[in-house]
Amino acid sequence: MFGLEKKDATLLLLVAALTIFAPFLLNPFPEGSAMAQFNAGYPDLMQRFVIFGIFAIGFNILFGLTGYLSFGHAAFLGVGSYAAVWMFKLLSMNVLPAILLAVVMSGLFALLIGYISLRRSGIYFSILTLAFAQMMFALAYSVLTPITGGETGLQLALSDPRILDGGTADGNLPVPGLFGLEMRDSAQLELGAWVFTFNIGYYFCAIVMLLAFYLAIRIFRSPFGMMLRAIKSNQQRLNYTGLNPKPYTLAAFVISGMYAGLAGALMASMDPLAGAERMFWTASGEVVLMTILGGVGTLIGPVLGAGAIKYMENIISKINSDILHGWFAFLPDGLEDFIVAVIYPFIGKGWHLTLGLIFMAVVIFLPGGLVEGGQRIARAFRRKKPDTPKSAKTEPAE
Amino acid sequence: MGILEVKDVGKRFGGLKALSDVNLSVKENSCHAIIGPNGAGKSTLLNCLVGKLIPDTGSVMFDGQSVLGRSPHEINQMGISRVFQTPEIFADLTVFENMMIPLFAKRDGAYRLHAYESVSNERALIEEAERMLDDVNMLDKRHMHSASMSRGDKRRLEMAMCLVQNPKLLLLDEPTAGMARADTNNTIDLLKEIKAKRDITIAIIEHDMHVVFSLADRITVLAQGTPLVEDAPENIKGHPKVQEAYLGETH
Amino acid sequence: MDALILQILNGLDKGSAYALIALGLTLIFGTLGVVNFAHGALFMIGAFCAVTLNRLFNLSHEVEVPGETDFLGNPLMRDVPYLYDIVGESAGAAIIDWSVPLAILFAIPIMIIVGVIMERGLIKHFYKRPHADQILVTFGLAIVLQEIIKYYYGANPIPTPAPDAFRGSFDFGAMIGFDPNTIIYPYWRLVYFCFSVVIIGAVFAFLQFTTFGMVVRAGMADRETVGLLGIDIDKRFTIMFGLAAAVAGLAGVMYTPINSPNYHMGMDFLVLSFVVVVVGGMGSLPGAVLAGFLLGILESFASMREVINFVPGINQVIIYLVAIIILLTRPRGLMGRKGVMED
Repeated sequence: MFGLEKKDATLLLLVAALTIFAPFLLNPFPEGSAMAQFNAGYPDLMQRFVIFGIFAIGFNILFGLTGYLSFGHAAFLGVGSYAAVWMFKLLSMNVLPAILLAVVMSGLFALLIGYISLRRSGIYFSILTLAFAQMMFALAYSVLTPITGGETGLQLALSDPRILDGGTADGNLPVPGLFGLEMRDSAQLELGAWVFTFNIGYYFCAIVMLLAFYLAIRIFRSPFGMMLRAIKSNQQRLNYTGLNPKPYTLAAFVISGMYAGLAGALMASMDPLAGAERMFWTASGEVVLMTILGGVGTLIGPVLGAGAIKYMENIISKINSDILHGWFAFLPDGLEDFIVAVIYPFIGKGWHLTLGLIFMAVVIFLPGGLVEGGQRIARAFRRKKPDTPKSAKTEPAE
Repeated sequence: MGILEVKDVGKRFGGLKALSDVNLSVKENSCHAIIGPNGAGKSTLLNCLVGKLIPDTGSVMFDGQSVLGRSPHEINQMGISRVFQTPEIFADLTVFENMMIPLFAKRDGAYRLHAYESVSNERALIEEAERMLDDVNMLDKRHMHSASMSRGDKRRLEMAMCLVQNPKLLLLDEPTAGMARADTNNTIDLLKEIKAKRDITIAIIEHDMHVVFSLADRITVLAQGTPLVEDAPENIKGHPKVQEAYLGETH
Repeated sequence: MDALILQILNGLDKGSAYALIALGLTLIFGTLGVVNFAHGALFMIGAFCAVTLNRLFNLSHEVEVPGETDFLGNPLMRDVPYLYDIVGESAGAAIIDWSVPLAILFAIPIMIIVGVIMERGLIKHFYKRPHADQILVTFGLAIVLQEIIKYYYGANPIPTPAPDAFRGSFDFGAMIGFDPNTIIYPYWRLVYFCFSVVIIGAVFAFLQFTTFGMVVRAGMADRETVGLLGIDIDKRFTIMFGLAAAVAGLAGVMYTPINSPNYHMGMDFLVLSFVVVVVGGMGSLPGAVLAGFLLGILESFASMREVINFVPGINQVIIYLVAIIILLTRPRGLMGRKGVMED
């Protein structure tokens, strides 16, 4: 199906089903209930899930397959955002030209930076990408203010030409759309106590992510993907087998840069502004965290990692001590205070601490991330059944 | 005129003269062994042939073309495959994938961005890979992670990866180093079979005289960076200069 | 001329911090072969040692001020540090005033303990793993450490002043024969520079002149051979990690009056320190120190108005630009040994 093997097609369909029904799946708790704060089915967050999913999928094509650890990928996300906003300002509020330019621009930047950085490998490559990204951040923040909007960021203005749209008609700032569909529009469905929101922007991003995911599967299963894994495994052998690793790695770098640019364009399409902080090195670190947490080198891992981190950032971080006290109110006072005191540092504003601890645990114990964790659990269940001793074979790049 | 012509090659590392005035001619479809005591420059010479090192002086011609200044992958594309002293394979990949990569390199050249096609659709190459695996009795291991194989299997896999490219010249760097006697004999048999079946030139660097005299049609003895003698195996055995080189080395 | 000297001086304090952090990073990389992304966090912990000691000294209880009342007519209360009760008011005030330098004594044992725990508990399991894994796990650790500090000390910078005697500036230009008021330099920055020179000198002397240091240097050059000699190199490396942590911590302690410590200062310095290490040459101690000072001064020169007018924005990117050029043209850095991480 779709030119994929059965296993991959199943995975794709599964991901498609999950994204399509996400407004239901992420809102399992009735509105107004105590658990409603765990609902993640609101457009803003769902958009972030899929957009960062795209970012991480792309990063994984570079890091997961070739093993080259870039610490500057957020720069391409930033380039994509700026390019998209400029398209909104100059040409049209339609998201398609914005996305197109963003992907092209980030691809060009990735080509240039990748060409230079890939002359070194290992930690030197990481430092080079980091240095380039930090330079771009610093420039975007200061000298390039006419292009990037500097500290305030790049925003739409009423005076923008918008050639195709014929300028701004009324006194309101226009919103990004796709041939008349406005990205911010939503439909709501109320089922008893439950409220589900279906947002056009989310579904647009979801479709783009599914396409990006499909492309990633094709790359993983292609000779190109195999070459990339061979680069990670043994460059010397690759050289003596008559292959030149450089163009392969550069292609992977450019492709993953374009994925980042695509993600940046989608961010700008959902909310038409772009700021330099998107390029800061901590943003680059975040996509590393996502990819590792979910499972580096696996297909679905980066998407899971992106989802997990964005969920923590937006949901876990909102739990404050009052809410905690509410949960443990049934306990005797002393015990309640004690438990809240123990848990509190790890949630709410301290969610980064939890993230750091989980991340360390993954690097130490579960190099395959959440995906490997899931596989291990599945295998443990399978092993309980008799007579399947030979099924414990590890399959790469699942 | 041999398929590989090494003329007046010299190489220095700082003050150390690793190779000087090396002349060597390897005839097509022969098996040429290069032997010599430790530090004689055998590995340096090999590295000059495959593009890892560039000699300071002299020329290296393969099949009528100079290899000097070309990178290892270009030299491989000219038809030279190399087996390393410790097996160099793609340890994170399966045996089958290890076989596919040289086949792609042979068909598509040093680089081709085929990112949208699926490996599993490459019927012809897959068959070729499986045929080769069958030849080296590894077909049953094709889904194995190659890192988890024994050293002997890794060596056989590496050999198969080189052979599947149908190279004109196969360079072997101590292919039996650290092997048990039985494995060594298997390797000898495998190489004999390859010689019999294919039009292939083999150049072999080896310590083990048993291997050398079982396989070689011609032997060059290297000592202190210079060829001492080049002759047929039967003439090498009792050659006084050779004994001097080896005995002089080991007191 | 005076402007040049001023810029050199301005670059020295940042350069000192870079040099001290890079020195520790290089010690760890050279001895243990570990790329430690948590090293900036050690710098930050050192700074918070100073904050903690300052707070400990300031722990107070309320006492009545005799003969005075507040506007409600109640007796006026005043906070008096417990320290005053112990050593008397004037001595107590002096100790509080000197809390930053005193924090050196406080920080050394703490940093060594933190370093040893870190090495034994985590780092040693990563000796044989690839550099990428080491970067990742120490990156995670850095996040954890900085979040712990943020939890206890909040997200805002905490001003931690230098002793009274070193506050303010002096006219360095007049001292060396320039016109008055051309080179004004804060006292504490000079103290920081001298302090870092002493620390760097002490580390080099330790490595050069003690048997312990000799073994460590031999281990840096060839770990296996030293292991074969029957010397327990691992134990020494643990101590080296503690030492590197202490150096980073002390750099942090003394830096607090220059920049009020906050929880992300470690990360801010780490990125630049890594660049410094690479420019100096991975594994080269003199290279790390030299590159630290050079880049600090270069950064300061690039901030001159004349330079910025000529090349806008150069002050923001100069360090990265230098790093990129060095990495591309001379990957072993300024003073790196041939063959060390040279790929």
